[in-house]
Amino acid sequence: MIHHVGMAELKIATEEHALRTFGLGSCVGLALYDEAAHIAGLAHIMLPASPNEAPQHVAKYVNTAVPRLVSLMMEQGAAKRRMRAKLAGGAQMFATLSGIDLMRVGPRNVEATLEALRSLGVPLVASDVGGSYGRTITLECLTGKLWIRSVQHGEYGI
Amino acid sequence: MTHRLYMEERIADALRELGNIGAGHAAAAFSEFVGEPVTMRVPLVELVAFDDVTEALGGPEAPVAVTYVRVSGDVAGHLFVIQPLDGARRLLSSLAPATGEEWPLSAMEESVLEELGNIMAAHYLSSLADFTRLTMRPSVPSVAVDMAQAILAMGMLEENPLGDFALVIHTAINVPEEQGRAHVFLFPSPGTERVLLRSLGIGDSV
Repeated sequence: MIHHVGMAELKIATEEHALRTFGLGSCVGLALYDEAAHIAGLAHIMLPASPNEAPQHVAKYVNTAVPRLVSLMMEQGAAKRRMRAKLAGGAQMFATLSGIDLMRVGPRNVEATLEALRSLGVPLVASDVGGSYGRTITLECLTGKLWIRSVQHGEYGI
Repeated sequence: MTHRLYMEERIADALRELGNIGAGHAAAAFSEFVGEPVTMRVPLVELVAFDDVTEALGGPEAPVAVTYVRVSGDVAGHLFVIQPLDGARRLLSSLAPATGEEWPLSAMEESVLEELGNIMAAHYLSSLADFTRLTMRPSVPSVAVDMAQAILAMGMLEENPLGDFALVIHTAINVPEEQGRAHVFLFPSPGTERVLLRSLGIGDSV
């Protein structure tokens, strides 16, 4: 079964299940998995930093979503030392408007996520970020395989 | 199922009226451009869940051609002029011979699309500014062709007390014979809708 993860949402699933989030543009999709425990989690994150320390929507911001996803995985029985991360998204959908503040959100989301993973000690094993196109991603909980689908490039796994 | 928050009827009415003025002028510009009469739906004014914003376009992955304009001034926000990709291709092929070589659109087709989107956005905003006597300055337009949600998310990035709901003023414009369609989506920046409402003598926020 494929579980849908909405914008500014995060979810955990196990075993033969999969997690999917649609249409990542500047947003990033962070996939975490523990291959031995068959537990995986996916977050659809929109912005690099929350306006305060305890935002209402934890999954919307990198600084709150990443620690929450890690701790939810551990509650389900995943081990942090076995956890691996994959990252997709962070595009600049309008390449020509680089001067406008919101246009750099994609790359900033990617940078912030890499930093958050580093500080939690979760290694990034694969990523498909940047560019100027949207991505729909699907995470297989059993294997940690991340499928990436775009309008222009079809579907491929990382 | 689409998830919406309740909006007071008189506030929705007022914003719908503004959407109608803007989109009416945008529709006239569209009609002139395609050389066909067009019909316009009554604007939808909704507080809609982020995930459901693209429903009217065929879902989050629907391929669309979009002209985006950032709006600043008394009224700030994000304006998108959107066509389904296949409809945009049909329209462009009727205006200029398609080369069909480049994906998704040739540079020429993209610039025609940008011009159309720019004209529609300018008409929308200038008629709204005239009516409300508020300033609304459009940025340079930018075109993208991709999944609807990946593009429209740009309108949902600002910090927002509604969390994962957005205020959207959406108008669909149809070309009956051609089966063509354009959509105009205005996402007022959070709080800016109050400025619009005040200009109509309505004090409350949504």
